[in-house]
Amino acid sequence: MASPVKTPGHVAAPGLGGVGESPLRPDGTLKVAGEFAYASDLWMDGMLWGATLRSPHPRALIRSIDIGPALALPGVRAVLTHEDVPGRKMFGIDHTEDQPVLAIDQVRHQGEPVALVAADHPETARRAMEKISVGYEVLEPITDPRAVIADPDGLKVQDLGGITRHQPVRVGDVAAAKAGAEVVVAGEYEVGIQDQAFLGPESGLAIPSDDGGVDLYVSTQWIHNDVKQIAPCLGLPEERVHMTLAGVGGAFGGREDLSMQIHAAMLALHTGRPVKMSYNRYESFFGHVHRHPALMRYEYGATADGRLLYADVEIVLDGGAYTSSTKNVVGNAASLGVGPYEIPNIRIDAYGVYTNNPPCGAMRGFGAVQACFAYESMMDRLGAACGLGPVEIRRRNAVSQGSRLATGQVIESPAPLADMLTRLEAMPMPPPLDPSDLRNLPGGVSQTTHGEGVVRGVGYGVGIKNICFSEGFDDYATARVRLEVIGGEATVLVHTAAAEVGQGLVTIQAQVARTELGVQKVTIAPADNRVGDAGSSSASRQSYMSGGAVKAACEAVRAGLLALAARRFGRTDLAVAGGKIVSRADGVLGTVEDVLGDAVIEETREYRHRPTTAMDPVTGQGRSHTQLALCVHRAVVDVDVDLGLVKVVELAAVQDVGKIINRTGVEGQIHGGSAQGLGLAVMEEIVLSDGLVRNPSFTDYLIPTILDMPPMRLDILENPDPEAPYGLRGAGEPPTLSSTPAIVAAIRAATRRALARVPVRPEHIVQGS
Amino acid sequence: MEFLRPATWSEALGAKAELPGALPLQGGTDVMVEINFDERRPEALLDLTRIRELAEWDMTDGRLRVGAAVPYTRLITELGASLPGLAQASRTVGSPQIRNRGTVGGNLGAASPAGDGHPPLLAAGAVIEAESAARGVRMIPVAEFFTGVKRNALAPDELIRAFWTAPASGPQYFAKIGTRNAMVIAVCSFAIALHPAERRVGTGLGSAAPTPRRAPAAEEFISRELDWDGRGPLRESTARRFGELVAGAASPIDDVRGTGDYRRHALSVMARRTLTWAWNDHTTALTGKEAS
Repeated sequence: MASPVKTPGHVAAPGLGGVGESPLRPDGTLKVAGEFAYASDLWMDGMLWGATLRSPHPRALIRSIDIGPALALPGVRAVLTHEDVPGRKMFGIDHTEDQPVLAIDQVRHQGEPVALVAADHPETARRAMEKISVGYEVLEPITDPRAVIADPDGLKVQDLGGITRHQPVRVGDVAAAKAGAEVVVAGEYEVGIQDQAFLGPESGLAIPSDDGGVDLYVSTQWIHNDVKQIAPCLGLPEERVHMTLAGVGGAFGGREDLSMQIHAAMLALHTGRPVKMSYNRYESFFGHVHRHPALMRYEYGATADGRLLYADVEIVLDGGAYTSSTKNVVGNAASLGVGPYEIPNIRIDAYGVYTNNPPCGAMRGFGAVQACFAYESMMDRLGAACGLGPVEIRRRNAVSQGSRLATGQVIESPAPLADMLTRLEAMPMPPPLDPSDLRNLPGGVSQTTHGEGVVRGVGYGVGIKNICFSEGFDDYATARVRLEVIGGEATVLVHTAAAEVGQGLVTIQAQVARTELGVQKVTIAPADNRVGDAGSSSASRQSYMSGGAVKAACEAVRAGLLALAARRFGRTDLAVAGGKIVSRADGVLGTVEDVLGDAVIEETREYRHRPTTAMDPVTGQGRSHTQLALCVHRAVVDVDVDLGLVKVVELAAVQDVGKIINRTGVEGQIHGGSAQGLGLAVMEEIVLSDGLVRNPSFTDYLIPTILDMPPMRLDILENPDPEAPYGLRGAGEPPTLSSTPAIVAAIRAATRRALARVPVRPEHIVQGS
Repeated sequence: MEFLRPATWSEALGAKAELPGALPLQGGTDVMVEINFDERRPEALLDLTRIRELAEWDMTDGRLRVGAAVPYTRLITELGASLPGLAQASRTVGSPQIRNRGTVGGNLGAASPAGDGHPPLLAAGAVIEAESAARGVRMIPVAEFFTGVKRNALAPDELIRAFWTAPASGPQYFAKIGTRNAMVIAVCSFAIALHPAERRVGTGLGSAAPTPRRAPAAEEFISRELDWDGRGPLRESTARRFGELVAGAASPIDDVRGTGDYRRHALSVMARRTLTWAWNDHTTALTGKEAS
């Protein structure tokens, strides 16, 4: 079988940098120049175009599907429904197969896939979809998550639900603490639905393979978990589903669930032809899960001097019609529901529920984002009630190394939160902006003010995020590393299934290999399932996990190399550095190339982090996380209080990353996470009415532009975690948590509004809420 | 779908007469999006990009005639001094790439209530030059041009040739509400133009009603109230009243971009602020001249 044009190939990692340096990323120039091959650029001669007919209704019974007229259209090669699914008709990301590959007799959310078309041309496929007639009996959608909690058996969206997961956390005696509290504050908070808004739409190419299986080139986050879900639905053994990562244009959790994978493979196997699928922007809003919207009630009690005595919390997360990763999102919301603060008495009830609203699942921050907005809003409220400033109230209750989380888990590695807040507070404040340049003002060049009504506000936010998979999951990553002489030069090939989704993992893998093997030339093989599982590019875990696996495999290769050298030089005091075999006693003995000769050293290693435990189903107690990461933000905003428009003037952040593997990369993660948090604070929301999405486009789902995202001041700390490779701490998610509450706190400071909901809209500021 | 590429204006008029369902295409910033998203399948596209005179502007008898195909970027760079309100509005359109392609002619053709070019044309009292092969040129005052949501006064065989307006004889301002600081469709917008020689103030409202519209009662009120001769200061209460009258001229809806109540409120604030800027400029300019 011919290969697709622009198939992913080996990537030579440029530069010379090892761990701690900032070599250029191999995909950087290509992406900036518009030359990077994304999954939507895949092409193969003779390929067909797949398309997906989706439900226009959030809830309806399917009375009939007539595909005859569509099949009769010239150029149409296949029209498939659930009856054509070759194997298991259901799938799911997290061992709960409750999502139909194609709708069976009913639809449970707007955009649910109902039928597939393959045609010679995408326009033909589109016309064919218009000719499929589906007889719907429309039902009243179930859209109120609190109503579902009140009546889980009466309001069932599907067989499983009602309530996806209820995770309580119980610590101490909240009732007794309530009697003793000198200060009590309470609030209700709401987080709207945020979308990952990755720029590369769901895309891929499926090619029937010679072994009767299928070759898939797909933009995804987790190759092996995809294959585990795809193979049973195709009625194939996993060995015959060959998956290679195609160019990924951002992920942020939105590619953890399957989108077009099974569909394209079904069409390819049915027609015997390569089939490409690529969603457009509108379809993409229905093609992936979103961040769970949240309804939250918080009550805190404290001593008069601001020491927390109890927290009484309810968090309701709406997961939509299918389970997806809702259970784990609930676990995070529960275990991290009160943030990095010491509280002796805690009652948390976190719920995930099924509704006919859009399906929700993984997104950067994963359950910790929603809770963070609430608990940080509460800390400001408590500070105000106790007459303490935002930094002091946080510092007074901050965790540190040795503290216990709500789950009872002891934070074993450094967690210098109080110090981070002190550093943040000490950073210089930005000067007033020059109002003669409209771009400095709220509203920008739209010129809604020349300075009138503009009030400055400052706010702080703190967040804590679990790194890697939690709650007893067997979390591991695999790496294969090969060392050989190619063209006279020692060359390392690193092969993993870890998805480069734009975060810079490919660069980091090369840095690890250079550091461990002392060899400059490193090539990265395309990620595929010819090597073992890498786990997902999520939970801020790949530098830790795949970085750890590459390190372990390199150590094994190095041992093999030094064994060769020991034989050659007859001594054992050897190390490898700068491409040379070095004796501790006598210095350089020879080059790596000399020692290797024609030998090829290849090692594969699996890497595991320390195991975690489940949360107790009644008390929530357990050592459920392996690593915890902190980030703190200060936001400075200018608000036009008459119009409710916001200009974020500066974001400052202090984050402890344990060890900076690649400074440019980690700065990029903090900038990007902060920008995504800014989006949630002031603009990003999928707006619903009766379960229908009202803004499935970038015209009305707004994400920050360069004029919205301010310059950042960063202080990146390196307090190592002794359990992690190089002491590093996952860095991608923490900044997404704390920037949102910091910005909202700053807007509150400027406006004196309560602002209990994100994103904050102009009318909330003007009219108050 | 047919794709017509007339080389001359008379060919274009002929094609439009022959195929009235043909959709004129200039920058494509609106039309191509609608076609790509399958929201529109016109029977033909009438590509006007080869007709060079459409992208030209000139001055005739003291009035500017601006071709329908002059892009926003050139309105800013070439006509910023003579049409400041329109240039300010142009700066708020999309991104630099969109401003290089998009045109006021296309904006008028689409006739969206949110079109950024419409309020300043209303405030300036521009006139649209439409033309058909059968009946020749027809001049349509812009206030009569918008007939409904995304509908305009063009006959099926007519094309927009240009718009006419006098160069600004007084200060002009445009303000627009968006929920981010760039690249945003108007939640609502407002334009003001002072016409000191006529002792008159023009207004234009966007995204505030089914069509872009003026605020006639506000115009009458403020034209009467302003101290044109004495150049006296604008009273805060007068500016506020003007804002209220502008808000009163709107009939906004609640939608995904904002509530009707917010739109009314925002219009009153923008009207008050832009009037204040314009009057300050006017009085400062006069004082400056007298001093010299």
